[in-house]
Amino acid sequence: MIVGVGGQGSILASKLLGTLLTGEGYDVKVSEVHGMSQRGGSVVTYVRFGDKVYSPVVSEGEADFIVSFEKLEAARHSVCLRTGGKIIVNTQEIDPMPVITGAASYPSDILKELKAKGVYIDEIDALSLAEQAGSAKSVNIVLMGRLAKYFHIEKEKWIAAIEKCVKPQFVEMNKKAFELGYNA
Amino acid sequence: MKKLMLGNEAIARGLYEAGVRVVSSYPGTPSTEITEFAAKYDEIYCEWAPNEKVAAEVAFGASLRGVRSACAMKHVGLNVAADPLFTLSYTGVNGGMVIFAADDPAMHSSQNEQDSRHYAIAAKVPMLEPSDAAEAKEFVREAYRISEEYDTPVIVRSCTRMAHSQCMVELCGREEHELGVYEKKPQKYIMAPANAQKRHPFVEQRMKELKELSEVSALNRIEGSGSDMGIICSGTCYQYVKEVFGDSVSVLKLGIVNPLPENLIREFAGRVGKLYVIEELDGIVENHVRTLGIECVGKELFPPVGEFNQAVIRAAFGIPEPQSITPDTPVPVRPPVMCAGCPHRGMFYVLAKNKITVLGDIGCYTLGSAAPLNAIDSVLCMGASVSGLHGFNKAGGAENEHKSVCVIGDSTFIHSGVTGLIDIAYNNSNSTVIILDNSITGMTGHQQNPTTGYNIKGDPATAVNLEALCHAIGIRRVRVVDPYNLTECESAVKEELAADEASVIISRRPCVLLKNVKAKPPVKVNTDKCVGCKMCMRLGCPAISIKGSKAHIDFTQCVGCDVCTQLCRFDAIEKGER
Repeated sequence: MIVGVGGQGSILASKLLGTLLTGEGYDVKVSEVHGMSQRGGSVVTYVRFGDKVYSPVVSEGEADFIVSFEKLEAARHSVCLRTGGKIIVNTQEIDPMPVITGAASYPSDILKELKAKGVYIDEIDALSLAEQAGSAKSVNIVLMGRLAKYFHIEKEKWIAAIEKCVKPQFVEMNKKAFELGYNA
Repeated sequence: MKKLMLGNEAIARGLYEAGVRVVSSYPGTPSTEITEFAAKYDEIYCEWAPNEKVAAEVAFGASLRGVRSACAMKHVGLNVAADPLFTLSYTGVNGGMVIFAADDPAMHSSQNEQDSRHYAIAAKVPMLEPSDAAEAKEFVREAYRISEEYDTPVIVRSCTRMAHSQCMVELCGREEHELGVYEKKPQKYIMAPANAQKRHPFVEQRMKELKELSEVSALNRIEGSGSDMGIICSGTCYQYVKEVFGDSVSVLKLGIVNPLPENLIREFAGRVGKLYVIEELDGIVENHVRTLGIECVGKELFPPVGEFNQAVIRAAFGIPEPQSITPDTPVPVRPPVMCAGCPHRGMFYVLAKNKITVLGDIGCYTLGSAAPLNAIDSVLCMGASVSGLHGFNKAGGAENEHKSVCVIGDSTFIHSGVTGLIDIAYNNSNSTVIILDNSITGMTGHQQNPTTGYNIKGDPATAVNLEALCHAIGIRRVRVVDPYNLTECESAVKEELAADEASVIISRRPCVLLKNVKAKPPVKVNTDKCVGCKMCMRLGCPAISIKGSKAHIDFTQCVGCDVCTQLCRFDAIEKGER
């Protein structure tokens, strides 16, 4: 699952995974939601692959990986993680409107709480790494680089998928972002 | 060749392969990308129409002339197109015609979750329902075959999870269809009473023949040879059923959901023990099965609201959920918000500040209803803000008129706000209409519309002049304001509300997400001057928060619109540097 805040670039991340996994010969389904929820709301993209995939969505206790673009969103969707699954999370905090208006507070320690319950959480400052790569917008590819560490698919194939998915003028920047995430 | 494709992209591919030549649509989530992808094929003429009724009528005209045509819309768009649909059922087609209707169970981006299948039943036209992108492409081809063979428009129903999910799709070549012969056939195409009376029996006969097709079509199939339990399902529900049960239960998968294959249903029911019908939204198939005298389990187990997934099905059958871990600390919700720098925000701030009653409409600006602005009183359907305000003011009288406005976007105004404004002018209500003109159809992801000066391909097009249009309707007081200028907005609203005649305020500034709109440097807070009064927080801008006791501006989001700087009484928000 790829989760985050509308506008953070999860669609490109899912496109990259789709390209990579179909190239590996898997049956793949990717499900995303467009429209209203994109405007700064919580967004979820499901990527499922295997010999044969039926449902395009992931439900409770099913996800092998949750890649989260934001801390709070990782906590929100942790319910979908299977026992033994892994969360990769960008440590950036983006206040949702109830926090901005003061109706709620941002639970900054929420990942600690999940860790204490035994959830595997890989925290990464993807925003800083993305800026280092040349654009704050490459947070998505930094996180894909991190995810690649856990996959049994050669790094070269991920790079090839990036070359297929991004515009030529952004390939080098995104490759750098991928490497920074991979090596973080 | 196989390609990973979005459901809507696969439908567009299906249109290409079926030799479709004309597509006219109005954008609406989750249907929008059908037409956007179709527009990438040079062989297909594509357009954004002002609304779904026009789109369906354009498709009718193209069919009449003898080409394969299509129109695509969201479920509520089909309400708008219902008028042509019901009589198109009588006229039938010349070239094949297919209407794509995309339902939105769970209302990810809609104001209701109506079930489009009712339209196929009511209008007496066939409806197909694919379960994923690969099927969608194949179903499009079959839909055109049915349309031409049975002389009927066909509806293809999808839903959010079909439209916005990708899977591998096998690509084929285009089946060319030459421009057909057009013949004048008054008895078929002039639906005056004498002719329509003769066409109605044809429609009834056609439905009988379509029922026979439904019995034998490969789109309706039984999977599994028989078991204790049998499930009837269609669309994405089929995928959820297979996810949970695999091949362990018998399934009757319906691809043609109207008319239903009654004999096939009887045969299937006879082969299995307990019969279940699993369908999102209304229990349409279930009720039909019962009218055949067959017992089944349906809505007593499966909710008539929301979207299904494998967990909903597991829960209904008492199959335990996989274990999962959740934090004990509550996670604050993250509702969608107007973007930082959204041009709608300034006008909403002014309306909220002056405690004005605001009848709202459908678009990004519906988000003006959210806290902290809470600036909207009602949202019903496309265009209802304008006509609704007229009724509200006629009922409430003079005092009411000076305290109420409506807000409507440029695209929605063209869609169906214009007719409401004509009512205001013609029936003389002293109403104040605010057109929030952000020069694009925003919420559905930036589609051109008749006011933008560009067509679906991005080529220059005739632009509706909103000021001239309002004048022509009979509104004398028409003025344009910049929503980034709070003073200008406030005086305009106060003056137009005070005036004793109808008026239109056009709040004009392009959507900040448009590529050609250049952001200004982000503003920043001078923490020495900030007293933490939180005045700037009243805007509900996602870039502004309180860190410690001072305002803080997120430079990654701020586009330097300067609306917050106008609010700060301590000059603590300063313009950024390049």
